[in-house]
Amino acid sequence: MIEVNNLCKSFGSKVAVDDLSFKVKKGEVLGFLGPNGAGKSTTMRMVTGYFPPTSGEVSICDINMRTHPEQAKAKIGYLPESAPLYDDMSVKGFLKFTAGIRGLAGSDQKDAVERAIETCFLQKVAYQSIDTLSKGYRHRTCLAQSLLHDPEVLILDEPTDGLDPNQKYEVRELIKRLGESKTILFSTHILEEVEASCTRAVIVDQGRIVADGTPEELRNQSGKDSLQELFRQVTTLDTAA
Amino acid sequence: MKDIFTIYKREMASYFNQLTAYISIFIFLIFVMIMTFAVAQFMRVGDASLQYTFFYWHPLVYVLLVPIVGMRMWSDEHRSNTIELLGTFPISTWSVILGKYLAAATVWLVALALTFPIWITTNYLGDPDNFVIFSGYLGSFLVCLSFLAITSLVSSFTKDQVVTLVISSFVCFLLFLIGFDQVARWVQTIFGDEASEIFTSTGIWDHFRSLNVGNFRLQDFVWFATVILVSLLGTNFILNSKRA
Ligand SMILES: Nc1ncnc2c1ncn2[C@@H]1O[C@H](COP(=O)(O)OP(=O)(O)OP(=O)(O)O)[C@@H](O)[C@H]1O
Ligand SMILES: [Mg+2]
Repeated sequence: MIEVNNLCKSFGSKVAVDDLSFKVKKGEVLGFLGPNGAGKSTTMRMVTGYFPPTSGEVSICDINMRTHPEQAKAKIGYLPESAPLYDDMSVKGFLKFTAGIRGLAGSDQKDAVERAIETCFLQKVAYQSIDTLSKGYRHRTCLAQSLLHDPEVLILDEPTDGLDPNQKYEVRELIKRLGESKTILFSTHILEEVEASCTRAVIVDQGRIVADGTPEELRNQSGKDSLQELFRQVTTLDTAA
Repeated sequence: MKDIFTIYKREMASYFNQLTAYISIFIFLIFVMIMTFAVAQFMRVGDASLQYTFFYWHPLVYVLLVPIVGMRMWSDEHRSNTIELLGTFPISTWSVILGKYLAAATVWLVALALTFPIWITTNYLGDPDNFVIFSGYLGSFLVCLSFLAITSLVSSFTKDQVVTLVISSFVCFLLFLIGFDQVARWVQTIFGDEASEIFTSTGIWDHFRSLNVGNFRLQDFVWFATVILVSLLGTNFILNSKRA
């Protein structure tokens, strides 16, 4: 479970996230929508404990991120926006390293790595050096990293970015499948993805939630039965801001 | 503890997967050999304790080479954004700082260990005081550790490895210069004995030389420990405030 209360973040005088509150329960997949610079990644970085909020609280499975960061982080699998990796390692070496960090050792570690490689279709590149991977494979390697320890909470920042249509489909199915037993928060710019794999979606604009509901509710809210339409209605255009 | 070791293993693999560690060790060995045998004429002088011919040059070599090995420590994490992974792993910043620091220190331990032919030669040619030689090695390694800690601090500021290299080298060079014989004498003539003594004891040279001649002075260990501890604490502080 993810619980976020009155989260705020400012960088200098710039307010990136403005009093955001939401809750994602077990078995829910929450889609995070919003225009560029809306504060999606910033929110995720606070939820994962990468940086502390200016004010507000985050708790993961009822563990407070501020007071017990290590316990809370252990519950989370996170795919950052830029899919960062250590270029000097092989795919398998990197996954073994992250499994080690997650406290997996011996045959548990081996099984976890094999499972993640299979789930993300990395067999072909398992022994390849990361700096020679294509963009999509880099992304999948980082996704595999987030699944290793079978976390209760998954936070994925644009998980289908840079993937080919087949892989996009696979990842959506994966999110839907994992969503049945986990808590998932993921951001995307592809509106069909929301209908394909979310149980609920929020639209964020300038650091605030401007719409919240099941994909169906959101479609109805637009008056024209289209998410695209609602998105245009509730978010500010870059040119207008 | 286990986290430190996991980070340490990754860092070691990365040092020895890339050329930097090999090249730095190689250059260090070549340079030290040239200085010892050609410039200081180790064979002719017969300096059995190795203090003038061998150890004398180490700090100067470290001024450049230690930052070269250490410059990617944090700069690379900032550049490739893997710092975001580290920051969301269930481990403390300290485990990562120590794991990385110890791995870089190991590279230099290997470099120093590979100078063993010189030690064997002195023992073969004469009858040196092996305690003094050990103390010399200890002093040399402590200089390494101090410079590495400084490099760690500098690299936590920036994602640019070249900036890290230039600034760390500069800081290490200043520490080296303060208290170097010529500079010390110059300070003495202008400001007098007392000022010179205080001035000298803030630099690395005084503490390095004292271990070189086999003096185990408490103040030397306090000095090295302070530099290392302050730099690592600073690294932790910068990394945390960068994320805030
Ligand atoms: N470290 C930082 N320093 C200053 N400003 C920042 C920093 N990180 C983010 N911002 C600002 O915060 C705002 C929100 O950024 P964020 O990355 O969260 O947007 P996003 O919703 O993820 O956008 P995108 O869809 O492009 O990924 C942006 O205006 C951005 O410029
Ligand atoms: Mg983003």
